[in-house]
Amino acid sequence: MNGKNHSNVRLSRREILKGSLYTAAGLALAGRCAQTAAVTAPAAPLKAKSKSVIQIWMWGGPSHIDTFDPKPDAGNDYCGPLNKPIKTNVDGIMIGQLLPKLAKQADKYSIIRSMTHGNNGHETASYMVQTGRKAGGRDVFPCVGAVVSLFKGRKAGYKGLIPPYIVLTKPQGRFSEAGFLGSKYKPFATGGDPGKKEFLVEGIAAPGITRARQKARRELLHKLDGLGGEMKDSPQIKALSKSEDEAYDLILGDAGKVFDLSTEKEELREAYGMNTFGQACLMARRLVEKGVPYVTINYTGWDTHKQHFQIMRRKLPNLDAGMSTLLTDLYDRGLLDSTIVWWGGEFGRGPKIQWDPPWNGGRSHYGRVFSTVVAGGGFKGGHVVGSTDAKAETVKDRPVYPWDLIGSMYELLGIDPKAKLPHPQGKIVLATPSEKDGYKIGGRLSEIM
Amino acid sequence: MKTAIISTIMLTASLASAAIPTASAKIDRAVLAGLGELKIPTSKVCTDAVFLRRVYLDMIGTIPTAAEARAFLADKSPDKRSELIEQLFKREEFCDYWANKWSDLLRVKAEFPINLWPNAAQAYHHWIRSGIKTNKPYDKFVREILTSSGSNFRVPQVNFYRALQSKEPEAFAQAVALTFMGTRADKWKTDRLAGMAVIFSQIGFKKTAEWKEEVVYFDSLKAARNAASGALKKAVFPDGTPAALTETKDPRVVFADWLTSARNPWFTRNIANRAWYWLQGRGIVHEPDDIRDDNPAGNPKLLVLLQRELVASKYDMRHLFRIILNSKTYQRSAVPASKHPQAEALFAHYPLRRLDAEVLIDALCQITGTTETYSSLIPEPFTFIPEDCRSIALPDGSIGSPFLELFGRPPRDTGLESERNNKPNAAQRLHLLNSSHIRDKIERSKKLQAAMRYTKGKPGNAVSTLYLTILSRYPTADELKIIRDYAQSQPGGTATRTETKTKSRGKIKDKGAGVGVRGRTALIDLTWALINSSEFLYRH
Repeated sequence: MNGKNHSNVRLSRREILKGSLYTAAGLALAGRCAQTAAVTAPAAPLKAKSKSVIQIWMWGGPSHIDTFDPKPDAGNDYCGPLNKPIKTNVDGIMIGQLLPKLAKQADKYSIIRSMTHGNNGHETASYMVQTGRKAGGRDVFPCVGAVVSLFKGRKAGYKGLIPPYIVLTKPQGRFSEAGFLGSKYKPFATGGDPGKKEFLVEGIAAPGITRARQKARRELLHKLDGLGGEMKDSPQIKALSKSEDEAYDLILGDAGKVFDLSTEKEELREAYGMNTFGQACLMARRLVEKGVPYVTINYTGWDTHKQHFQIMRRKLPNLDAGMSTLLTDLYDRGLLDSTIVWWGGEFGRGPKIQWDPPWNGGRSHYGRVFSTVVAGGGFKGGHVVGSTDAKAETVKDRPVYPWDLIGSMYELLGIDPKAKLPHPQGKIVLATPSEKDGYKIGGRLSEIM
Repeated sequence: MKTAIISTIMLTASLASAAIPTASAKIDRAVLAGLGELKIPTSKVCTDAVFLRRVYLDMIGTIPTAAEARAFLADKSPDKRSELIEQLFKREEFCDYWANKWSDLLRVKAEFPINLWPNAAQAYHHWIRSGIKTNKPYDKFVREILTSSGSNFRVPQVNFYRALQSKEPEAFAQAVALTFMGTRADKWKTDRLAGMAVIFSQIGFKKTAEWKEEVVYFDSLKAARNAASGALKKAVFPDGTPAALTETKDPRVVFADWLTSARNPWFTRNIANRAWYWLQGRGIVHEPDDIRDDNPAGNPKLLVLLQRELVASKYDMRHLFRIILNSKTYQRSAVPASKHPQAEALFAHYPLRRLDAEVLIDALCQITGTTETYSSLIPEPFTFIPEDCRSIALPDGSIGSPFLELFGRPPRDTGLESERNNKPNAAQRLHLLNSSHIRDKIERSKKLQAAMRYTKGKPGNAVSTLYLTILSRYPTADELKIIRDYAQSQPGGTATRTETKTKSRGKIKDKGAGVGVRGRTALIDLTWALINSSEFLYRH
């Protein structure tokens, strides 16, 4: 029907996956470690330390060995040209050589080097890392942003006009973010490009239409809306007109001004980097400053099967500038204590370089072990959690599963990890899974909380 | 002899067509009886213009063109409503729209978490659509699905058993109960579900050398094992009667015999109730896929009536649609005649419903003569989607667009009717009111520009063309005045000639003539306002 490219010389992405899919060994091994390292979570007094989350989603899976888990002694087949990691401002912590600015901020963040789930498919791995649930079964779970906007959004007293869950700039699209919570908990994706001269947020900014015309149009709409007038008591019409009021608060009110980056100092904007990612980081800071509980920056381009090192040299400096400036800026404004910054992707990348064609120096998907960075909002800085073997191929100690990290963030946000999620069929579902659900549990990240 | 045959045919035909008004009248009587008990008044029968738009949206998920609207409104035939219903059955969009509906319920989706994979999703959709095009009897449609064995590419309906996140027998039983009995087995007593699951515990899956081909089959080894262990004896139908299974017969055939038997109320109750829900906006049992003892039908006699009609017509779904669509009940106005809390649940008026995501974007494309880009986020194998493809015709739930996501298209994860989310929210409103997507559609539309063009000989029918194109009706005198005033108040958008005389002599056709609105800005704003009106956004 439409699968004619399979016989092509160029392998499809699925063929690549098939070769390395479901490395169950990773999970099994990690599981064994889990038994020794399991920390039983204390019944936490759920006082919120943090108000917001900025999630830097490294779409495609960033290489851990080239960023936060360097192994300079592993040899050329592992390090390639990036074999000179650098010292950070914390004794004993080294990171990749293309992240010099972040190296100066290591006291502000902690690196989890022993993240694992063992899955090498983008969709399934993204789902696991973002929802803290394994794929399969009858339910599609909501991801962290949807859960946070449920517990810390409007029902919890968030009063901002900006939606409580913002995505800069495009939805991730691998699965539905809101899961069974329904589209009310979907993120608001801004569209536009904050790196451009004007950040035109889709729906809020309408270049060429003056405020006067906006107002006149709205009046015309009301005058012509005969059915809406005739049926103004209907719940459907009431809901529609409520949504219209909210929309105009953003179009014509002050709320939309948060997206205007031109009021920021030029110097600061340049420190963030005059590119999409850098300005998205600045945008994220402005949003949490306004109290938005959850902001995701979807940072694409990390699925580096080919031209891996060229891409690292091109992209890591942008990551370095944007993320390090975000940390210092949040810190300078006293926001870092109440804002979790969560950096990571769906998996790491194969530490052993694929030199052969068609890759010619690329890295494959790698779910057996990967790195995640957390900062602020109650997470301590300057620590490393867990470690990997000499070639960054397996977890050596303290495996951390996605649900361990997510449960830890919930605790810091004052969300009970055992809180019930509203399920459309009334099933009892908790915010995080437990051993009873068949999950291996690495335990809360109490060492950095 | 020849004439005898012909006259017999004609007689049968006229008998059949006479059966429609009778059955529709029975529906109306049953509804009125239900309302009468609570003394709830009914709303008036709707106008032709409202009926036209409603029946297009409900039957083919498409709004009428301006030409279609003009023709229908000018038609003097007393039977023009039934005639229109018959015409719409023949439209390709009818097949697209209902294939889309069934693809939601049967979870036709290539990617996560259903993972049918693209080829199988395409084949499955094609099979469903062909069944609708040929009006396959509903019992046959269900039996073919339930008893299917073979390759997911060659016997596409086997994908029913693949389109589930879990391959446990309980999951099959739950899906069958939900889809074809309208009931949620997770609310049953556990032994009842376990008893039904036995029937689906002999299904096997095997791969072939073909990429992503999978064969679904009756696994006789499993059956023999289950027979030996005594497990087969525990098989129970959902109504509690034991299912006599043997290891040599595919138990799904035994189940299909039980399910599709004319004596089994579960089978017709589900589909009759769903058909009513789809057309009438609310199930007789509501939610339509949550039938259980403690969720009774609002009007049980009405439901039984529909079930009998379906059996008598040999499971002809179009017959069921036809008798509902021709009823006065279906054709009532959406404006309530009373504030009685039960009025809507007992069908005293037609309920307001926001347009489905797919229908909404297709309507916007039709109005503006523009197209959309649809794609799958996992683009391999590359699926070519023609530029003018309408979203109701998309075969695969993994192929979509940000607009469809935003407006609550079902993700096709569970097969529940409630997956479709038509509740308005601020993000949707922002998009329609102010996004570059909709703005560009309106402002760059060649089709609208042509409609807006001011020609000397035919002054000012731009406004009526816009109304016919967007709302499928002519503007009223009040509306014309509002628009004229607006145009005059606009800087740069002045109406240089305001002819208020109506030139038409009783001809409905030229009602909008004489409005000298020629400011392009004003007409763009009018288009924008009509697209954002409740009349456009809601089925009414």
